[in-house]
Amino acid sequence: MKDKIVLGLVILLSLITISPIILIIGELIMKGYRQISLDFLIQNTPDTYSAMTAIANGERIPGGIANGIIGSLIMVAMAAIIAIPLGVITGVYLYENPGKRMANFTRNISDILQGVPSIVLGLISYLWVVKHITNGYSALAGSASLAIMMLPMIVRSTEETLKMIPDSLKEAALALGTPYHKVIFRVLIPTGFSGMLTGILLGISRVLGETAPLMLTALGSSMINTNITKPTSAMPLLIWEFYNDPNMIDLIWSSSLMLMIMVLLLNIISKQIAGKRR
Amino acid sequence: MKLEYFKMNSDRITRIVLSLVSFIIVIVAAGMVYSLIEGSIPAIKTFGWKFIFSNNWDPTSGRENYGALPFIAGTMITSILALLISLPLSFSTSLFLGEYFKGTRVARILNMLVDLLAGIPSIVYGLWGFYVLRPLMIDLGIGNQGFGVFTSSVILAIMIIPYATSLSNEIIAMVPNDLKEAAYSLGATRLEVIQTVTIPNAHSGIIAGYILSFGRALGETMAVTMLIGNSNKVPDSLFGTGNSMASVIANQFGEADGLKLSSLIAIGLLLFLITGIVNALGKLIIKRMTR
Repeated sequence: MKDKIVLGLVILLSLITISPIILIIGELIMKGYRQISLDFLIQNTPDTYSAMTAIANGERIPGGIANGIIGSLIMVAMAAIIAIPLGVITGVYLYENPGKRMANFTRNISDILQGVPSIVLGLISYLWVVKHITNGYSALAGSASLAIMMLPMIVRSTEETLKMIPDSLKEAALALGTPYHKVIFRVLIPTGFSGMLTGILLGISRVLGETAPLMLTALGSSMINTNITKPTSAMPLLIWEFYNDPNMIDLIWSSSLMLMIMVLLLNIISKQIAGKRR
Repeated sequence: MKLEYFKMNSDRITRIVLSLVSFIIVIVAAGMVYSLIEGSIPAIKTFGWKFIFSNNWDPTSGRENYGALPFIAGTMITSILALLISLPLSFSTSLFLGEYFKGTRVARILNMLVDLLAGIPSIVYGLWGFYVLRPLMIDLGIGNQGFGVFTSSVILAIMIIPYATSLSNEIIAMVPNDLKEAAYSLGATRLEVIQTVTIPNAHSGIIAGYILSFGRALGETMAVTMLIGNSNKVPDSLFGTGNSMASVIANQFGEADGLKLSSLIAIGLLLFLITGIVNALGKLIIKRMTR
C-alpha cells in the first residue's frame, strides 16, 4: 500500500515537472503563430511609432525580425568558428594525455569555465573587445562572449566521445607508421565526428538563446548590420526590446516562437545524431 | 635514417601544437580573473570590505555609495528557495527515469521532455513567468503585483530541474542490479529497495547534482531580472521584491561608468567566485564517486 502511494507520488511529481515545457510551448504557439509570415522573416523591426499607429488602426504590426535573425546567425557562426577548432584540439589533447598534470589542470579549468554565468562572460567580452578592440559595442564582442561559452562544452564532448573509441583503432594506425597528426585528423576525429557534432550543435543551441551577454556586448540595432565592428541585433535581444516597449507586445510571442523553433530543432537534430550512434 | 628523423620531429611538432593550443583555454581563464580583479580595483579601494556588507546602493552623484549586500542576499535567497522547490520534483523525476520506469518508452519520452526544459532560453522563461506565472501570483495575493523573490524562485526552480535530474538519474540507474536483486530476494518491497539500496548507493551523486543545479541558479540573469522586481534592497520577506547580482549587472550596466561600472564588475567578480566554489564542490563530489 505504502509502495503504491509512493509510486503514485513519483508519477504525479514527474508529470508536474514536465508540465511547464508543454505549457510554455503551447503558450508560444497560441499567441505567436498569427504574426508569423514571410514578411516577419525578411523585414526589419518597426519603430515604436509605426507599431503604435498599426495598433490604433487595428492592423497587424508591420515589419519583422530579419535584423535579429541575421545578427544571431552572424554572431553564432563567428563564435562557432572560434570555439570549434580550439575546443576540438583541446579535447584531443586531454584525451591523448590522460593522467598528465597539465591535462588535468586544463580539464579543471575548462570545467570551471563551463560554470561561469553568461553575464560574467558578457562583462569579460566588454572589458576585452568592446573597450580595446572594436572601441564600441559590436557583433565581434557578442561572438567573443558566446565563443567563451561554447568552448568548454565542445572540449568536454570531444574528450568524452574520443574516450569511447576503441584503442585498437589508434594503435593499428600507429603500427602502420602513420604520422601522429594523421592519426588525429584521419582516425580520431573522423571516428568521433558524430559525437563531436552532437556536442557542437548542443553548444550552438545553448548560445543561440543567450541574451544577457549580448546586452553588454552587441547592444542591438534596428537595421540589418553586417559590419562586425558595429552594434548588431540578435533574436533574444529583440525579444528583450519588444518586452520593454508596450507597443511591440504582439511581436514578443512570434519572435520567441521563432527562437524556440530554432533552438529545439538544433536540440532534436543533435539528439538524433547521438541516438544513431548507440 | 633521415626520413625516420623527420617523422619523429613531425610527431613532436604535433604534440607541441596540441599542448600550445590547449593552453589557450587556460590563458582565457587567467585573463578573465585578471580583468575582473583589475576592473574591480576602484570599487574595492573606495569601499573595502564595506562593499560586501553595506546594503546601501546609491548612484546619486555627490553621495555615491555602492554596497552589494542586497544583491548577494537576493541571489542567495532566490537560489536556495529555487533549490528547495525543485528538490522533490527532480528527485521524483530521477526515480521515475532511473528506477521505476528504467529503459521503458515512457521514460525515454519523459527524459526527452526534461532535456527540452534545459533547452528553453532564459528570456523565454522570463516572458512566461511575466505573462503567465505573475498573474497567477497576483491572484494568490503573493508578492508586489506578482513580482518578487518567490516568483523568481519558482521560475528558477523549473529552469534548474533538468540539471539535477539528469545527473541523479544517471547515478541512480548505475546502482548495480545484483544489489537490488539481492534485496528483492530477501523479500524487500520496491520502496524498501529504494530506501536501503538505491539511495544509499547513489546519494553523493544526487547531492552533487543538486549542488551543480544550485550553481546554475546563482548565475541566471534574464528570467530573474524580469520577475524579481529590481528594487535595490535586501528582500524583506520571501514574497518581497529585491534584486540579484546577475540582474543588477544586466539592468544597470548600460548607463554605468566610473565607480559604478567598477562596482558592477566587482559584483561580477563575486558572482564568478561564488559560482566557481559551488561548481568545484559539485565536481569534487562526482570525482570522489567515480574513483
